[in-house]
Amino acid sequence: MTGAAQRALPERLTGFVHALRGHHVRVGPGETVDAAAVLAVLGLADRERLREGLAAALLRGQGQRPVFDATFDLYFPRSVGDPSTARPAAAGAATSVEELRERLAEALAAGDSAAMARLAGLAVQALGRFGSAPGAGAGATPSATPGSGGWSAHQTLERLRPQILLARVLAALRAGRPGAPADAPDALTDRIEPDEIRRRIEAFRGLVATEARRRTAEEQGTAEIARRAVAPSVDQIDFLFAGRDQLAELRRSVRPLARKLATHLAARRRRAARGRIDLRRTVRRSLGTGGVPLRPAYRQRRPQRPDLLLLCDVSSSVAGFSDFTMLLVQALREEFSRVRVFAFVNRVDEVTQLVTTGTADPGGLARRITTEAAVIGHHPYSDYGSALGEFADRYQEAVTPRTSVLILGDARNNRRDPNLPALAQLAGRARRVHWLNPEQPALWSTGDSAALDYAGLVAMHPCRNARQLGELITRLLPV
Amino acid sequence: MTGEQHTGFFASVEEVSARLAEVGYLASTAVATTVFLADRLGKPLLVEGPAGVGKTELAKAVAAVAGARLVRLQCYEGVDESRALYEWNHAKQLLRITAGREESWQEAKADIFSEEFLLPRPLLTAIRGSEPTVLLVDETDKADVEVEGLLLEVLSDFQVTVPELGTITAERRPFVVLTSNATRELSEALRRRCLFLHLDFPDEELECRIVRSRVPQLDQALAESVVKVIGALRAMELRKAPSVAETIDWARTLLALGADSLDDAVVRDSLGVVLKHQEDLRRAVEKLTLASA
Repeated sequence: MTGAAQRALPERLTGFVHALRGHHVRVGPGETVDAAAVLAVLGLADRERLREGLAAALLRGQGQRPVFDATFDLYFPRSVGDPSTARPAAAGAATSVEELRERLAEALAAGDSAAMARLAGLAVQALGRFGSAPGAGAGATPSATPGSGGWSAHQTLERLRPQILLARVLAALRAGRPGAPADAPDALTDRIEPDEIRRRIEAFRGLVATEARRRTAEEQGTAEIARRAVAPSVDQIDFLFAGRDQLAELRRSVRPLARKLATHLAARRRRAARGRIDLRRTVRRSLGTGGVPLRPAYRQRRPQRPDLLLLCDVSSSVAGFSDFTMLLVQALREEFSRVRVFAFVNRVDEVTQLVTTGTADPGGLARRITTEAAVIGHHPYSDYGSALGEFADRYQEAVTPRTSVLILGDARNNRRDPNLPALAQLAGRARRVHWLNPEQPALWSTGDSAALDYAGLVAMHPCRNARQLGELITRLLPV
Repeated sequence: MTGEQHTGFFASVEEVSARLAEVGYLASTAVATTVFLADRLGKPLLVEGPAGVGKTELAKAVAAVAGARLVRLQCYEGVDESRALYEWNHAKQLLRITAGREESWQEAKADIFSEEFLLPRPLLTAIRGSEPTVLLVDETDKADVEVEGLLLEVLSDFQVTVPELGTITAERRPFVVLTSNATRELSEALRRRCLFLHLDFPDEELECRIVRSRVPQLDQALAESVVKVIGALRAMELRKAPSVAETIDWARTLLALGADSLDDAVVRDSLGVVLKHQEDLRRAVEKLTLASA
């Protein structure tokens, strides 16, 4: 990449575009031509403008922006024409940790994100280099090719420890605030500031991770990039393997998803409302026109909002799945005249009240369900058999021929009696029953899973991520 | 190609910033640059971002500084060709037919499908005129997928095809802004035809300047605190994050209340200006640990 700066402009641009494609950014020739036009119009004089201009021409979504920025820095380095000054601290030792911290503290205090990005690059350069320690991991992935070395965000952050800067930054801010002596601080802003700085530090950590990933990918070639430089988008995160912050991100996607589903369902209901011709009435009307059916009569349907009943496994093994789903139900509840939600681990209890009146705080919701509802009996393991049995005993009247039932869970029964008759009875009473299983079908027959037994009775669908859930719900929910 | 390739409103990026600032729209580098490019390259500008960051305002500001008329197509679920593009004026056509009963069928038919009976809707209006025009396609994501198909012809070639009349090409390209809240994924084809701008909440310093320019009587320190608190609120995962407009409303409210600094009581009493859900209010009060009265 060191030769990049010397290359002629069109070549540099195409190189840049190729690198972006390597990072899974879909850039067509049309966009490349646009980008060339941008280059011609803006010139190289102002780097930030060029960055924004090229982004406008080449990107089609904000999700690709981090990749774009990192690649841009590589192809359009700071001072064009001289790669040696363009990539300072080539000798990593020249930048001391303390100096980096000093500059980072300034950037954090000023909230200067460009400077933070630059420092992330420098920090990884100076501190993140792995020797040839095999298997120690590059970035977040603990499986770097042995012997190849790499760049580690973890190591960079361990050495730099940006979190210790909090106090320093706060002090600097307080000292720098005009007209506010340190002893008479503005109480409210003082309370907010630490959170703000923590967020900035968090953002910096993210930048470091991206930078380390990018460098590693760069060294290990396109195949590696294809494999891991691009994190999966939110709606493809696997429910069962999502980490804590991935779950948080998933939860943020609930409201837009619910909105999408709601408009979709409303549109479908409207479409379903017109249509069918009422033959009897059409013929009767045609008598007035000598048997010619001039005005067809349509069958009018009474608008009917469907009932929905959810039966959710809330045991810890499927926690991510169930609380995401419940949030979605909470958001969808205005679509249905009656939504009832039942939760179970090995005992079943109605949680409709908790779900519909609760706040949008998912952690709180899950906690309230396990503490306030009787879902756990003598042991803490899920038992679908006894839960289904209890449901059939206690809540039979909740299921009517108008009810659609969704069962959510992995059907891992801990080798107890699956109680198939209870499910069969439920399926017999309801309008329909669908089972959404967060495990992939290949695992359904393994271990203590009773999935295949249940799948023989009701339709079972694999539902591993938000996208699948969204698609399934639009397909399955009654109109 | 009959029309101009570019709209020619601006000569440089600096000019964009400066003139937008004159009408009270403070643009970031990204905004100024993309507006300039959209103008220069004659490409539509797709602006995406959360509600209340000034996407629609941007189109209005561009229209204001360029002295252009603003043609707005507000998208909604169910907007269709006859709302977006053109419609035949049936009533007038019927009148025409009844008025000329002695004509032959051929004459009558040729007549009633002429421009006179055409009702132009926003898209056609925008490309037909010869005066400078800003076309705002607002909340594109609300429209059904089929409408995007209609937009494609307009956006790539700045022309509209009316089967009875032929193709109408823009004499003068409008400056096109499409906005989207990203509630629906727009099609690849549409995105390809546009320059893309992601407009996010402004950073602290810019928002501070925006507040100061809109509410000049507010003193600098208070404006800074206001923006800080707003930033903290936005980070809280509320149902509705406060928009820039709400920041300004709040600043005005504080001014009206005569507050000279943000203390707990003032914030608690005026937070309703910023947050529009009871649930959000409760959470904000809790997180900001405001002492209850």
